[in-house]
Amino acid sequence: MDFQIALILGQDGITNGAIYALLALALVLVFAVTRVIFIPQGEFVAYGALTLAMVGNGVLPATVWLLLGAGVVVAVLDGMAALRAGQSKRLIAIMAVNLAYPLALLGLLKAMPLAELALALQVLVALLIVVPLGPMMYRIVYQPIAEAPVLVLLIVSVAAHLAMVGLGLLFFGAEGYRTPAFSDARFEVGPMTVTGQTVWVVMSSLVLIVALALFFGRTIYGKALRATAINRNGARLMGISPALAGKLTFFLAALIGTLSGVLISPITTIYYDSGFLIGLKGFVAAIIGGLASYPIAAGGAILVGLLEAFSSFWASAYKEVIVFTLIIPVLVWRSLTSHHMEEEE
Amino acid sequence: MKAGLSPRLFLVVFMGILLLAPLTLSAFYITLLNYIGLYAMVALGLVLLTGVGGLTSFGQAAFVGIGAYTTAVLSTSAELPAWIAWAGGAPWISLVVGLVLTAAVAVLIGSLTLKLSGHYLPLGTIAWGISLYFLFGTMATLGGHTGLSGIPAISVFGVELLQGHQVYYLIWAFLLLGIFTTRNLLDSREGRAIRALKGGIVMAEAMGVDTARSRMVIFVIAALLACASGWLYAHMQRFVNPTPFGLHLGIEYLFMAVVGGAAHVWGALVGAGVITVLKQWLQDVLPKLLGESGNFEIIVFGILMVLILHKARGGLWPIIVAGVNRVVPIRVDRRRIDPNATPLPRRNMPAAGDVLLEARDVTRRFGGLVANNNMSLSVRAGEILALIGPNGAGKSTMFNQVSGVDTPTSGEVLFLGQSVVGKGSRAISRLGMSRTFQHVKLLPTMSVLENVAIGAHLRGSKGVLASAWRMDRVEEDRILAEAARQIERVGLAEHMHDEAGSLALGQQRILEIARALASDPCLLLLDEPAAGLRYKEKQALGDLLKRLRGEGMGVLLVEHDMDFVMGLVDRVVVMEFGEKIAEGLPEEVQKNPAVLEAYLGGVE
Repeated sequence: MDFQIALILGQDGITNGAIYALLALALVLVFAVTRVIFIPQGEFVAYGALTLAMVGNGVLPATVWLLLGAGVVVAVLDGMAALRAGQSKRLIAIMAVNLAYPLALLGLLKAMPLAELALALQVLVALLIVVPLGPMMYRIVYQPIAEAPVLVLLIVSVAAHLAMVGLGLLFFGAEGYRTPAFSDARFEVGPMTVTGQTVWVVMSSLVLIVALALFFGRTIYGKALRATAINRNGARLMGISPALAGKLTFFLAALIGTLSGVLISPITTIYYDSGFLIGLKGFVAAIIGGLASYPIAAGGAILVGLLEAFSSFWASAYKEVIVFTLIIPVLVWRSLTSHHMEEEE
Repeated sequence: MKAGLSPRLFLVVFMGILLLAPLTLSAFYITLLNYIGLYAMVALGLVLLTGVGGLTSFGQAAFVGIGAYTTAVLSTSAELPAWIAWAGGAPWISLVVGLVLTAAVAVLIGSLTLKLSGHYLPLGTIAWGISLYFLFGTMATLGGHTGLSGIPAISVFGVELLQGHQVYYLIWAFLLLGIFTTRNLLDSREGRAIRALKGGIVMAEAMGVDTARSRMVIFVIAALLACASGWLYAHMQRFVNPTPFGLHLGIEYLFMAVVGGAAHVWGALVGAGVITVLKQWLQDVLPKLLGESGNFEIIVFGILMVLILHKARGGLWPIIVAGVNRVVPIRVDRRRIDPNATPLPRRNMPAAGDVLLEARDVTRRFGGLVANNNMSLSVRAGEILALIGPNGAGKSTMFNQVSGVDTPTSGEVLFLGQSVVGKGSRAISRLGMSRTFQHVKLLPTMSVLENVAIGAHLRGSKGVLASAWRMDRVEEDRILAEAARQIERVGLAEHMHDEAGSLALGQQRILEIARALASDPCLLLLDEPAAGLRYKEKQALGDLLKRLRGEGMGVLLVEHDMDFVMGLVDRVVVMEFGEKIAEGLPEEVQKNPAVLEAYLGGVE
């Protein structure tokens, strides 16, 4: 390997690492606030990328039907809960958010010439469809068992992941898609060529990370989520609704996942089941951070990206093996440094 | 005892059906039953791991793969390296090689992940399940993605098991052996330790159970069951490729255990049956319904799992048992207690008046907070010492320092003359100190008898193999007889076979004392034993403690009930703000101005 190749691999690694970093942050966030190990994070990546691809091809994305279906389920669940509590006035708001919104979006999408929209608008459409699935998913899948042990939440996560992969196959088919790059620009920086897409990915990741930091540091909702992460019961006693915290967290996770999908799909072909492996690499990074530290998780993500890039050069057949085996020294280090004995259940 | 049909009857009928099934069923259904048996064996390991032990693995399919590939390579490869050539071509030898290899891998992985909190193990298993799957697919010696073919059939007593209905008997014999072994194991000294893993680790360690070892034991057993399933699979299919050992199968195995009922050995069989049949049916129906081909059954499985975990977390088995019970009552057989069992040996009690426990200048800081400051106290054999003080005085912290739950920042704790600082609660309990907890820690779904028997853990020695194959019954009878004796002694005899969780809080505290006594201690630490007791119960407890004192036991108790304390104990140590403010006879302490001020507030 010469210096030139090393530079290219390094660039690849950092680009992918930036996306893994976003996913790792979302995973740490979801775990801290809700104790859910969010395996379906990767599916949001795939759904985001493939929804964008379908919009780009001028096809009505099938995910909008999922949005409608999930909206109906949430409306029924919340509507019945509201009726039982005698709060029939809330019904209108529930209907508006969960039924009117998906229907309006469906009507709008049918009316618009999707393929002719500017790329930025197409991305917006993908976000409008996929991101609301996050909070709806929390409502349907996790909220009824929010107090369950971590282990049960994890098994539920795996089940939700499986259902979403199956639905992905149904919606998008087995074929993979690549979406157009955000920019075809190339920059010569010293001896290396940097593509516009790399700049987009890295810059977007940085912007998102800064935005998240501001959200958590400066806004009341961000502080509410931090409070919930530190002490769930304490936050609840201060009037922070755990259900709201959960939905907000899942909204952020879905947003991050969908954006990651939009960012990565010009770089690699995305299939209906690609999200899982991408998400798991985010997990390796999150575990490096002990599912608790955001900066270490982000640093770990870059490490995962670089390791992946270089091992695909030296031993491409063993690329995945090498990346996932990285978790072992991390676990050794973790098990040597932690001594606590805890009660689960 | 409730009248009804014996569970054995159901078992005999079930075995009869199993025996006759191949004579009436077509080859298709026999193959289906073979798969159910193979899957159930893996799910059985997960029942032990997840339902009983509270650990989870998504990587069991990889262990199945190790079993299958080991035998595939050993029985098909023409040129084995010399060091392993002796194991070539003989399936039964390669089973042993596979089991050894699996155990080694499981111990390695277990030692990396089992020490960490619960969710790292499943995440670790996802990662290594994927790694191993890719490895199966890329290594040339393992045949890559095309796999290895030409695996011979297994021979039993010279008969080659070539046909489906021939392998059928071998598969189900393996499965039933696994089920009975697991059931035996769970109903034993080691089994109680394993069942304490879910929600009772601190308590079990205080009773001397090595919980890290118990976790490792169930992880290895689950891996071995998976490996045996893989061995059978390879010789049934006569060919292996990586597909059935991927992560998706690992997830499916866990679903089987959860759907069937993860806390019950028969749940594994129910789950494997339901998922396998459902999958077969869905793979038939869904593509026609949706007009496309693809493994759409995972959508249904995913939704089904979410629903089951929402609505019936115990799985199908408890529902089935309840349903059958409504039609024909099933008899519940209580554990028989043998009153003639030879009593367990007792330790030599120190002579009355000997110093048992001595804490010298114990200080414990949490950051800037000094919870205990230069605390000293000593307990002698044949005396009851009370540690009292207002709320937040540092009594429970002091308790944790002497019992090994926590380690003092500075100072010395001597038990029977030995320093026990930093030794941990397990080692301390072995020396003869036993305790109860301020917040009751017992296993609510286990019987009172079994809960108390955990206390006698260190007085037995039979291990996993002896338990699994019922070579522990003499010792088990002695342990249970001892537990029953302690239960009678504390006055809970009428609740012997009830679930511990059904007892009133006061009775649960008494149960904890029986459990502590079952370990044959010379020093008893009681954390607020009288809280929640009624007047009569308090009197009975006082009488019991006096009797124990008469037998030469030392007792250290933390208590808020002054009437109870002052009429019972020999000496009192009073704490406030982490320091000792008074020590002496009950009547002296009651008159001490510093104590009065601490409790009632000073007069300015």
